[in-house]
Amino acid sequence: MNLPSILTPDFGLLFWMLVAFVALFLLLAKFGFPAITNAVEARKNFIDESLQNARAANEKLAGIQAESEKVLREAREKQAEILKEAAETRNAIVAEAKSQAAEEGAKLLAEAKKQIQVEKANALLDIRSQVADISMQVAEKLMGRELEKSEAQTSYINDILDDVERK
Amino acid sequence: MTHRIKYNLWLFLLLAFGLFLPKTAFASSEEHKGEINVSEFVLEHLADSYEWHITTWGNHHVSIPLPVIVKGETSGWHIFSSERIKEAAKEGKDYQGFFFSPQHHNKVYERLPNGEVVKPWDISITKNVIEIWLVVIILLTIFLTCARWYKKHDSVRQEAPKGFVGMMEMLVMAIHDDVIKSSIGEKLYRRYAPYLLTVFFFIFTNNLLGLIPIFPGGANVTGNINITLFLAVGTMLMVNLFGNKEYWKEILWPNVPLWLKIPPVMPVIEIFGIFTKPFALMIRLFANMMAGHAIILSFTFVIFMTWQISTTMGSIFTVFSSLLMIFLNCLELLVAFLQAYVFTLLSSVFIGLSLPEHHED
Repeated sequence: MNLPSILTPDFGLLFWMLVAFVALFLLLAKFGFPAITNAVEARKNFIDESLQNARAANEKLAGIQAESEKVLREAREKQAEILKEAAETRNAIVAEAKSQAAEEGAKLLAEAKKQIQVEKANALLDIRSQVADISMQVAEKLMGRELEKSEAQTSYINDILDDVERK
Repeated sequence: MTHRIKYNLWLFLLLAFGLFLPKTAFASSEEHKGEINVSEFVLEHLADSYEWHITTWGNHHVSIPLPVIVKGETSGWHIFSSERIKEAAKEGKDYQGFFFSPQHHNKVYERLPNGEVVKPWDISITKNVIEIWLVVIILLTIFLTCARWYKKHDSVRQEAPKGFVGMMEMLVMAIHDDVIKSSIGEKLYRRYAPYLLTVFFFIFTNNLLGLIPIFPGGANVTGNINITLFLAVGTMLMVNLFGNKEYWKEILWPNVPLWLKIPPVMPVIEIFGIFTKPFALMIRLFANMMAGHAIILSFTFVIFMTWQISTTMGSIFTVFSSLLMIFLNCLELLVAFLQAYVFTLLSSVFIGLSLPEHHED
C-alpha cells in the first residue's frame, strides 16, 4: 500500500501551494508581468512607428530632391529661352536700325543731290544771265553803240546760249 | 575527434554505473550492516519534512524545526514546533495526542483517547511550504523590482533596460512571445499570459533552488506529485473553463462519420483526453525533477557506501561520483529550464487547442 511520500496526496501541501501560488499569481499578474510586457510592446510599436516615419521622411526627401531638380532644369531651360529671345530681339533691333540708317542716309543723299541740282540750276541761271550780260556788253562794244536792253534781245541771247549748250 | 571519444566514454561510464550500481549497493548494504538502503535514503531525502535538515555533525543532527499546524478531532487547532513531538517521542509519549506515524511517511497523526489513530487536518508549514514561500518572495522581489524600474524610466522612448532588468525582460519576452503568443495565437494570448508566465517562473525557480544542496535550497518541490498535480489542474481549468464553443463541439460532436458518434466512441475518447493531457503534464514534470534529484542523491550515496566497503573503493568512487555529479548537475541545470519551458509550452498548446477557429467543411 505504501507509495513513496512524494507520490502521496498531501492536503497541507496542496493548501499552502494554493494560497502561495494564487497570491503570487495575483500580485505578478497585477504588478509584475504587465509592466514588462506592456513596456516592451509599447517600445516595439514605437520602433515600428519610428521606422515608418523615417521611411516616409526618406520618401518625402527623395520627392523634394526630384522636385528641386525639376525646378532647376526648368529654370535653366527658361534661361536659355530668354537668352535666345534676347539675342533675336537684339539682332532685329540692330537690323532695323541699320535699315533705318541706310534709309535715312539715302534720303539725306537724295535731298543733298536735289539741293545740289537746284544750286546747280541756280548757278547755271546765274551764269547764263551773266553770260548774256557779258555777251551784250561785248556786242555793244563791237557795234559801238548801246544796245537797248530789251526782252526780245534777252530771249534771243538765251536761244543762242541754248544752241551753244546743245552743241 | 577526441571530444567525441571523451563524450562516448562518459556516456559508457554513466550507463555502466546506472546499470550496475543499485545492485552492488543493495548487496553491500546487506552484506555489511544491512542498515542503509538506497531507495529509503533517496526517498527520505526527496520527501517533504516537518524539519529542515541542514547537516549532521558526528551523531548530532543540525536541523531547523518547523511549525506543525493541526486540527485535532476534538481539541481544535494546535500550533507547535515539530521539536515538541520529537522530544515527546524520545520518552515514548505523544505530544497532546499527536505523533509521527512511521507507517504513514512519518506524518503527524492523532491518537484519540480511545486508542484509535486518525489523520488530523494538517496544514503544517513543512520544508516544501517554506520553499514555496521562498520562491514566492524571490519572484515578487525580482518582478516588483523590475516593474519599479519600468515605472521610473521611460523605457519606451528613452532607454531599454540593461543588466539584471534587461535579462529578466529578455527571459519574460522569450516565454511571452515564443511560447505563449505563438502557441495560443495573437488574438487571445493576453488573457492567459500572466498565468503561464507565473507557472514558468514558479517551476523554473523551484527547479533551480532544488539544485542547491544546502539550506535554503535542496527541497524537492517540483518533484512532489502534489505540486505538479496543482499546476496540472490549473492548466486543465484554464483549458476547459475558457475553451470556446468550437472546442466543446469538437469533443462532444466531432466532425466524423455518424457511426462513430452514435455509440459515443469518439466523444468518450475525447472526454478521456480532457484528463489525460493534464495527467501527462503532471507526471512529466514530477518524474523528470524527481529522477534528477534521485540520480544526484544516489551518486552521493554511493560515495558513503563504498567507503564502508574499503578505503580504495571509497577513493575511486569518490572521484568517479564527484565527476559524474558535476556532469549531472550541469545536466539538471538544463533540465530545470527545459521542464519549466516544456510545462509552459504544453500548457500553452493545450490552451491554444481549446480556442479553435470556427471552420466549415
